[in-house]
Amino acid sequence: MTNHWVDIKNADLILIMGGNAAEAHPCGFKWVTEAKAHRKAKLVVVDPRFTRSAAVADYYAPLRSGTDIAFLGGVINYLVTHDKILHEYVKPYTNATYLVNPKFSFADGMFSGYDAEHRRYDTETWSYQLDADGYAKIDETMQDPNCVFQLMKKHFSRYTPEMVSRITGTPEKQFLTICEMIATTAVPDRTMTSLYALGWTQHSVGSENIRSMAMIQLLLGNIGVAGGGINALRGHSNVQGITDMCLFGEKLPGYMTLPTEKDPTYGDYVKKWTPKPLRPNQVNYWSNYPKFFVSLMKAWYGKAATKENDFGFDWLPKIEGPSDALAIFERMYQGQITGFFCQGYNPLAAVANKKKVGIALARLKYLVVIDPLATETSEFWKNHGVLNDVDPAAIQTEVFRLPSTLFAEEEGSYTTSSRVIQWHWKAADGPGESKGDVEIVAGIFIKLRKMYAKDGGAYSEPVLQLSWPYHIADQPSSEELAREISGRSLVGDGEQLAGFAQLRDDGSTTCGNWLYSGMWSPAGNLAARRDNSDPSGLGQTLNWGFAWPANRRILYNRASCDLAGRPWDSSRLVIEWNGSKWVGNDIPDMRPDAKPEEMIMPFIMQPEGVGRLFALGQMADGPFPEHYEPFESPLTKNPMHPDNPETKSNPAVRIFMGDLDAFGKPDKFPYVGTTYRLTEHYHYWTKHSKINAILQPEQFVEIGEELAREKGIKSGSQVTVSSNRGFIKAVAVVTKRIKALDVDGRKVHTIGIPIHWGFMGLAKNGYLTNTLTPSVGDATTQTPEFKAFLVNIEKA
Amino acid sequence: MVQQSLNIERRSATTTPSPGVRHSVEVAKLIDISKCIGCKACQAACMEWNDIRDEIGTCKGVYDNPADLSAGSWTVMRFSEVETDNGKLEWLIRKDGCMHCADPGCLKACPAPGAIVQHENGIVDFQQENCTGCGYCITGCPFNIPRLSPKDHKVYKCTLCSDRIATGLEPACAKTCPTGAIMFGSKKEMITQAEGRIADLKERGYQNAGLYDPKGVGGTHVMYVLQHADKPELYSGLAKDPQLSPLVIFWKGIAKPLMSYGLGVAVLTGIMHYVTVGPNEAEEDETEK
Repeated sequence: MTNHWVDIKNADLILIMGGNAAEAHPCGFKWVTEAKAHRKAKLVVVDPRFTRSAAVADYYAPLRSGTDIAFLGGVINYLVTHDKILHEYVKPYTNATYLVNPKFSFADGMFSGYDAEHRRYDTETWSYQLDADGYAKIDETMQDPNCVFQLMKKHFSRYTPEMVSRITGTPEKQFLTICEMIATTAVPDRTMTSLYALGWTQHSVGSENIRSMAMIQLLLGNIGVAGGGINALRGHSNVQGITDMCLFGEKLPGYMTLPTEKDPTYGDYVKKWTPKPLRPNQVNYWSNYPKFFVSLMKAWYGKAATKENDFGFDWLPKIEGPSDALAIFERMYQGQITGFFCQGYNPLAAVANKKKVGIALARLKYLVVIDPLATETSEFWKNHGVLNDVDPAAIQTEVFRLPSTLFAEEEGSYTTSSRVIQWHWKAADGPGESKGDVEIVAGIFIKLRKMYAKDGGAYSEPVLQLSWPYHIADQPSSEELAREISGRSLVGDGEQLAGFAQLRDDGSTTCGNWLYSGMWSPAGNLAARRDNSDPSGLGQTLNWGFAWPANRRILYNRASCDLAGRPWDSSRLVIEWNGSKWVGNDIPDMRPDAKPEEMIMPFIMQPEGVGRLFALGQMADGPFPEHYEPFESPLTKNPMHPDNPETKSNPAVRIFMGDLDAFGKPDKFPYVGTTYRLTEHYHYWTKHSKINAILQPEQFVEIGEELAREKGIKSGSQVTVSSNRGFIKAVAVVTKRIKALDVDGRKVHTIGIPIHWGFMGLAKNGYLTNTLTPSVGDATTQTPEFKAFLVNIEKA
Repeated sequence: MVQQSLNIERRSATTTPSPGVRHSVEVAKLIDISKCIGCKACQAACMEWNDIRDEIGTCKGVYDNPADLSAGSWTVMRFSEVETDNGKLEWLIRKDGCMHCADPGCLKACPAPGAIVQHENGIVDFQQENCTGCGYCITGCPFNIPRLSPKDHKVYKCTLCSDRIATGLEPACAKTCPTGAIMFGSKKEMITQAEGRIADLKERGYQNAGLYDPKGVGGTHVMYVLQHADKPELYSGLAKDPQLSPLVIFWKGIAKPLMSYGLGVAVLTGIMHYVTVGPNEAEEDETEK
C-alpha cells in the first residue's frame, strides 16, 4: 500500500477492482465502512461477480475477467478527453512533460523493440530524450508529439466507451457512470483510494493492470495524499514482510537485485543498479544502492566481508535464467532439480497446473516440507483416489516432513499491508515435536556447515564464511534477527542505527534489510510500540509499530502539497512546508529542510523525481498498458488488434514449450473460469480447522442462472468443471450474482471457482482447483494467470 | 443462562412476582444489514464463546452454512439474492437468531416453571436445567428460532451472551463484527444509532430504509436496520408483522385463566362436598367396616 489500512477512512471514493476486500480482508474493510459513515464516501465495485464487497457497494458494474486494462484504459481516455485531471499536480509531479525517444513506437499492439524469437522486448527505445548533461528533456507546454502526455493521449484514445464495452462486457452506461464518479476526485479536496489484490495480479497482464490504476491516480492527483493511493491488500498477515525480505528468487532483501551471470564483478553490478539522476537536483534515492548492498553483505558475512574481497560479492549465487515459481517447477519438471525445501508453502495446491507440479515433485530425489500442517504437497506421492490419483510405487522421491510452529507459538514480527512492522509475542507452545522455522533451518545449516568443514565441497566458502553471531547457535532469537535486520554501526560502540540514512558503503555498517533500518533503533524495538494516539485524526498513529521506510505512513507524501508546499487539502494535512522545514502528521518523504524553491520532486525513488506515466523500461511488456486477451480467451481475436494474431495475448509473456500445448480452445471450453477465495477460509490451511470447516464445508462452483438453465444444472447438484489440463467435481451454486456478459457480439458466461478444498483436513475432501489453471504468468512478475482461463461445465 | 447478576423480570409458568427494587437498563443489539458483509465472524465467535460446534455439513447450493439454526448453531447468516424494483441486484445478508422479544411467545408458551426467563434488561434466556423438552416454545416463537437438541432433548437458542452482559461485556458477535454491523447498547441508544444510519441510507437512495422493531411482539431486543423496511420478507423471509401464535394467545389469554378458574371451581366443589357430605373416604371406610 502506498497508504495504509486506517487511511482508507479518509477517502471520498473507494474503488474496489481487482480484489474483493469485504470477502478477503473483512477486518481491514471496516475502514471502508468508516469512510462511508464519516465522509459520506461512495463505494464502487467492479468485478466479474457480484461479490460480498458489492453487497455493500453504492455502485457495482460487472466486467469480463482479464479485461481490466481495457476498462482502466477507457477511464484514462475519459479523464484526458474530459480534462478531468489535476493539472497543477500532473505537470510538475509526473513525467507528462518529458520527451520520449522519437524511435519509440507502437503499432498493431506491439511496442518498438520486439524480439519475436525470445518473446521479449529490447527496451532501448522506451527512453527519454536526453540533453548534453544526460538529463531528460521536457516540454512545459506538453504539445510536442513525443512528450509523454501526447503519447499517452494518443495511446488511450483508442479506448473509447464503445470499445471498452465491447471488450469488457460492462454496459457502456455503467462504465460511464463509474468514469464520472472517478472524475469527481480530479480536484484538490476530493480523493479516491484504489483497493486491489490478486484480482489484478493473477493475470498475464497483472503488473500492467496495477500500472493502469497508478496512472489514473497520478492524473487525479491522488498519490501521496491522505485517502488516496494505490493499495495492494496483502492476503496473509505477513506476506508484505516476506516480499520485503525477498520472496522472489531473483531479488535480495529490500528489493535489491540478485546478481546474475551477466554481473561478473562487484563494480559491474553496482554500476548497473545505481542509477544516474535524470533531472538536475533530484534525490534519486537508489543512488544509495552500494550502501544498502554493502551493509547487507556485512550482515551476512560479517568480518569476512572486506573491501578487498568486494564484501563477499563472489560468494553470492549468480543465477542463470529465471527463478520464479513457474520457472523452478519447469526445471523440476525437466528433472534438473535434485532436492526441494518447501517451507510454509503448498505448491501442489498453489502453483498452476497441479498435474505438472505432481510430476515435477516425483522427479526430485528428496523433498523437505516444513509446515505446521500435513499439507497436500507432503502427500503428493500418496494415492487419494480421484483427488490425487498417483501410483506411490512409481514415485521414488524421499519426503521429510518437519512440523513447525504456528504464528501464535513463536514471537517475531508481522509486516502488514500498511508496511507497518508489528511485533508479536508467543501465546502458547507448539504441539508435539514441532519447532520454530528459524530453529529448524538453523539446525540444518549448522549440520551442513560441519559437513562442509570436515569433508569440503564444490564451493564451500559461502557456507563456511557466513556470519553466525547468535547467542545459541541453533536457536537464533527473533530479537537477534530483528536487530541484525535493522542494522548497527561496526565502529565505536556498535550501537543500533537510527535509520538507513546512516548506512555506509565502506563496510562500517551492517544492515540485513535497508528498508527495515530503524525498526530496532537505539531507542529499542520500535515494532513493539502500541501507542494508538492519533493527534492527526487521520489514523496516522506514528507511535504504533514501525512503518517502513523510516516510519513513514504515506509514501510520496511531498505530493500532498502543491509546489509551494501548501497542502492540497488542509483538512487532511499529511505534511506542509512551514517556511523553514517540512512538518505535519507524517515523516516527510523529503529532506526535512528542502525548500520548495529547490524544486525537489516527490517521487524520490525515481532518478527524475516524478511519477512515471510512461514507465521507460521498468515493465517487461510496455511503457504504457495495453489490453491483451488472457492466454485462454473466449474470443478468437483481440478486438484491439483483430489483424495481428501475435498481439492477441501479451507478446512479452514467457511460455514454456509444453505449456503451450496445454492451452485450451473455446470450442471445447467455452466458458471463462476464474478462481478466488472465500471469507470462511484461508487458502488450503483452514480446512484443517473445525470452525472454518463448519462455516464452509464443501467444495462448490458458482454459475449464473442463465447458464444453469441452458445446461440443466440445479443448485445443489454435482457438476464437473474441466479445462484442457484436468477436471474437478463440485456442488453447483446457481446464482443471480454472475451474469452472462455481452462481449464483442457474443454472450460470455463466467464460472466462479473457489479454491479452498483438497484431500487433507477436516472439511469435506475436494479437488485442488489448480488442476484446472494454466501454467502461464505475468510478463514482469510471472504471477500465474489464475483469474482468467477456459473451462467447460457439465452435470456430473 | 446466568441468573446471578441479571434481574429477572418474569419466569415461565411461575406466578411468584420477581424482585422489583433494583432497576437495570433495557438493552438491545442492533444489526445493520446495510453494513453486513456476511463474513460469518459472528457465527465463529458464537461457536467459540458458547463452546458449541455443529456438524460439518454439506453445500446445499447456497452460501448459508450451517444450513439452519440448531442446538449447536445459535446464529446463522441467511443470504438472499434479490432484484429490487428497478432491476438492481442486491445480496441481502441477514444474521438470524433470537430476537429477544419484549413479549416473548416462547416464555408465554412454556409450561415448565423457570425454563424460560426474561431478564429485566430484556434478554430472554432459556434455563436448560428446567427444560422438559416439550417444544411448546418452538410453537410459541413467531420467528422460528428455538431448536430441540437431539442429544439431551432440551431446547437451545441465542442467549444474547447474557453471561457476558452480566459482567459488563458486549455479546461475542458484536465484539467480533469487523465492520461494526452488529452494535450493542441500551435500547434507547441503539434506536438513536439506527436513526442516523437510516438517514444515511435514505441519502444513498434507499427511500424505505427503516428500523425493524416489530410492535406485534412488543418490540424486540435484537433490531435490524433494513434498506427495505417496507419489505422485511426480502430478507430470507423475515416476518413482516410478527404476532404471538394464536395457540399461545389461546393458552395464555383464554385457556389458562379458564383452567385457573376450573381449578378454583374444583377446589370449591371439594370444600362444599366436605362440608355438606363430609370426608368421603372415612365414611366409606366406616361403611365397609
